[in-house]
Amino acid sequence: MNILTLLVVIPVLTIIAILFTKDLKGARMASAVGMGIQLITTAVLLFMYLGARKTGDMHEMLFTADYTWFKSLNIHYFIGVDGIAVAMLCLTSIVVFAGIFASWEMEYLSREFFISLILLATGVYGFFISLDLFTMFLFYEVAVIPMYLLIGIWGSGPKESSAMKLTLMLMGGSALLMVGIFGIYYNSAPDGGPLTFNILEIAKIQMPVEAQRFFFPFTFVGFGILGALFPFHTWSPDGHASAPTAVSMLHAGVLMKLGGYGCFRVAMFLMPQAAQEMAWIFIILTTISVVYGAFGAIWQKDLKFINAYSSVSHCGLVIFALLMMNQTAMDGAILQMISHGLMTALFFALIGMIYGRTHTRNVTEMGGLMKVIPFLAVVYMIAGFASLGLPGLSGFVAEMTVFVGAFQHTDMFHRVVTVIVASSIVITAVYILRVVGMMLLGPIKDKHHEHLEDAKWFEKLSTVTLVLAVAAIGIAPLWLSDIILSSLKPIVDKLAMVIPF
Amino acid sequence: MTGYTYTVFIILIPLVMFLVTGLLGMKWRPIVSGLLGTIGMGTSWALSLMTAGSYFFGGAHHAEGFQSIIPFELTWLRFTETLIIKMGILLDPISVMMLVVITTISFMVHLYSLGYMHGEKGFQRFYAFLSLFTFSMLGLVIATNIFQMYIFWELVGVSSFLLIGFYYQKPSAVSASKKAFIVTRFADLGFLIGILILSFVTGTFDFAKLTEPGTAIFGSAASMSFMGISAMTWAMTLIFIGGAGKSAMFPLHIWLPDAMEGPTPVSALIHAATMVVAGVFLVARMFPVIHFQAPAAQEIIGYVGGFTSLFAAVIAITQYDIKRVLAFSTLSQLGYMMLALGVSGYGGEEGLGYMASMFHLFTHAMFKALLFLGAGSIIHAVHSNYMYDMGGLRKYLPITHITFLIACLTIAGVPFLSGFFSKDEILVAALHHNKILFAVEFIVAGLTAFYMFRLYFSVFWGKDRHYHHTPHESPLVMTIPLMFLAVASIFAGYIPFHHLVTSDKIGFATEMNYMVAVPSVLIGLFGIAMAWILYKKESDVPAKLAKSWGILYTATYNKFYWDEIYLFVTRKIIFNYISRPIAWFDRHIIDGFMVGIGLVTEKVSYQIKGMQSGQLQHYAFMFVAGTLALALSMIYFLM
Repeated sequence: MNILTLLVVIPVLTIIAILFTKDLKGARMASAVGMGIQLITTAVLLFMYLGARKTGDMHEMLFTADYTWFKSLNIHYFIGVDGIAVAMLCLTSIVVFAGIFASWEMEYLSREFFISLILLATGVYGFFISLDLFTMFLFYEVAVIPMYLLIGIWGSGPKESSAMKLTLMLMGGSALLMVGIFGIYYNSAPDGGPLTFNILEIAKIQMPVEAQRFFFPFTFVGFGILGALFPFHTWSPDGHASAPTAVSMLHAGVLMKLGGYGCFRVAMFLMPQAAQEMAWIFIILTTISVVYGAFGAIWQKDLKFINAYSSVSHCGLVIFALLMMNQTAMDGAILQMISHGLMTALFFALIGMIYGRTHTRNVTEMGGLMKVIPFLAVVYMIAGFASLGLPGLSGFVAEMTVFVGAFQHTDMFHRVVTVIVASSIVITAVYILRVVGMMLLGPIKDKHHEHLEDAKWFEKLSTVTLVLAVAAIGIAPLWLSDIILSSLKPIVDKLAMVIPF
Repeated sequence: MTGYTYTVFIILIPLVMFLVTGLLGMKWRPIVSGLLGTIGMGTSWALSLMTAGSYFFGGAHHAEGFQSIIPFELTWLRFTETLIIKMGILLDPISVMMLVVITTISFMVHLYSLGYMHGEKGFQRFYAFLSLFTFSMLGLVIATNIFQMYIFWELVGVSSFLLIGFYYQKPSAVSASKKAFIVTRFADLGFLIGILILSFVTGTFDFAKLTEPGTAIFGSAASMSFMGISAMTWAMTLIFIGGAGKSAMFPLHIWLPDAMEGPTPVSALIHAATMVVAGVFLVARMFPVIHFQAPAAQEIIGYVGGFTSLFAAVIAITQYDIKRVLAFSTLSQLGYMMLALGVSGYGGEEGLGYMASMFHLFTHAMFKALLFLGAGSIIHAVHSNYMYDMGGLRKYLPITHITFLIACLTIAGVPFLSGFFSKDEILVAALHHNKILFAVEFIVAGLTAFYMFRLYFSVFWGKDRHYHHTPHESPLVMTIPLMFLAVASIFAGYIPFHHLVTSDKIGFATEMNYMVAVPSVLIGLFGIAMAWILYKKESDVPAKLAKSWGILYTATYNKFYWDEIYLFVTRKIIFNYISRPIAWFDRHIIDGFMVGIGLVTEKVSYQIKGMQSGQLQHYAFMFVAGTLALALSMIYFLM
């Protein structure tokens, strides 16, 4: 079987296995084993990919497979990966693996919980391997819908309304996206011939410019909503605040990356003229996102809100970098997706663990936790340092690549927005250190917190996995960056063929 | 040249020590981490001395000056074809000199801390952080390209953050560490943007290409400007802002006095001898670029340095916390070094200021580390930071007393001690290029002697206080570093810097300029004399004097209210007037709008849901009425 298909089959088999278990112990065991195998499979895929590239296989996509599954509309199950997709799959596997261990003690309806969680992951894997727009959209929906149940049933606080808000806004995005995808489909053969959803085929032709102008905003905003594009980001704070730990991790860590990934793989790759023309609008919006999200985070008291706003800021940087449309900046965008995915998952995992002990997420009610739960506190600081872009951790690599790339533009507009965006590194430092100072350092504020128990083994496993990934990218970024850079070439070439307005 | 490959170990040893003590330290007895760190640091120190010996007095010296050697380099990250971050080791006179400074002070501090930090909770953590700091600082000075420097620059910042906040349960330490990090981070933003501009103009990060005299890579720079100022002036000024942040130049100085919340050995290592000179080092590293491409930026550097040295010296006179006096003294001395770079030319005797700045950096590292370690020894004995809790300590702390006195004499510029030589060179350089700055520095020389001896007399002379127990001299492990540094402070002045560390790497001859040396010694002695009169015997004269200055004294004592200004900007403006409205706007306007869409949909569907009543008669009526209306309208329009 194709190794990519295996990536979808393993989660499905895991779900079936969970159906046969009886209780929490069985369900979590099945999930852990399944996702452990998935992690290994992804690692194998990575090495196979590197090996294939080394032997000189220069096809744009590797490990392709193609099956027709709806003939009359020419819909295929067409899969294949380039370096970017491989990197995103690695990210997904790591976050899902860590997420399973972060919800090790999910007592309430545990089987159903793990099934929904893995169903969500299945959608994500399918999305990243798809090269057919329709199949991609299908998997996208598979990933988004379980979210409603996960937040609505296992969430906290005003969970029903948060789940509703999140789902409706994302569904709104899907609706726009569907219009965009069908628009691309009906313009996929301007010179006659069969219409197609195949991304690689469509990339070879040039869509009529009028059609691009019309459908680009639908597609871009549709994906942008999931990528927390300002002003469509407000589902994020509420959704994250109510979601259970593993769901926040998966959602912010992986699902939001679907947005950024779709933005360049579909919207920009297939409609380059429109992308060049309209980039400035979205550059302004994302510049606002970056700074606004960071300032918004300073004033928050709820840990999850802080992280949600921080995500708005960091994900804004992803789309900002994509719109810079040169190889370096787009490389930075992908690195930022991976880096943000890992560190935000780490943050949400830690927030869940801290909440489980202190029963509050309000930073003003905590203090001096470093003394009582040193392991979690130190990891939280590492996550914070990654978030504020400390060298040696992944955030720095991603941010610097974005800034250097964005600064390669010669005109003043791009430079000024780059400087504005770069200033977010200071604001980020402010809100990260504020939380660290209030919550972890200083004297212990609440007497009940004096005898908290530090991390258990599964919590350590979950967080250490993520920390290792963050540090690996931060210390030796070259291999990852090179994989991404070479895969970006066709996309950047296509964008560059268009003369900028 | 591959003969220097072993220099990799100078930097790797502290890194390994950090990882080992950081990850495993808590499983051992505390002293194991301490000894391990100290031995590792000693090895690094020995290797550095070896490097310096063979570099300065061995093969690297040629008729055309010292060579720059890159014994090791690897690619770390590739941005574009030309913009590549490498990690490597660059050996040239200033980096080799810095290796010696850093490892010497770091080793002394490691040794001293075995005694000073004995029995402290988190002893292992302290040593782990010290190693991390030393690693980052070494990485910074040997950087082969400006981006590598920036990377280690940030790491230095975070190790400083961790060490200032070492006593993390003390709120004042936490806020001091936060302040230090954020202020320097703000400056680093300038540094980063400067790097972006510089790399865009030149297409390289490498120091070798950037600082090559007469290089052509700035060819395109002349045509670029923004707001009437050339691109290179922007780039260099922004990079200087980064340096000013780390070296605590006015107005980014506010974090340094607060940084004294950290343990005293940390203050000696980071906030006196090594990290705070990173900014000076940065300017020295970029000196050819600044001097030839951005003369306006060089002017700024000179004036900022001059103003800082005066400003800080004035404040130092009024402070009572001995560590803060020393902190302001550090600011003042850093100002000296910056100023020297600001007034320097390039090549031969023209480059006197450059040489003097590096010379002073070296001697200052020795005597200021000595002062801080001495202060640590005093604090260790009396358990207070305040001068009014001290007095008459010379009988109890003989070794500390003598070494502290040597350091005070050195910083005051008493002849034949190292501070005299380096300070004198700075004054000569200033006199040649800028008379105003010379005058400022001349006054500061007097002020320096005065505040240092005010400190010295109040601590070691005067009356005994009510000590909790009789103060006793520190253990040998603490006094050995004091004695070593005292010897270094005395003799460092005899190192022939003008042959070793110069702007164009070619040595030149200097001679004593008595026109400058004699008056500067006299004003120093005058300062000492004033302090002797006022503080040798306790009297109420100083208090009366302070009172007679009134508001001016209060303003100085409160550091001219700069902290309050910053607090106002951050707390009031950024928190209250930017962050808070944004948070509100997001929750109520943007989210409100999104929720509004939902509500409108809900209301509208509530209104029209009556249409779907489920009653057949209702539907039949609608059907017939609709058909009729359609038919009528067709008749009307078609007829």
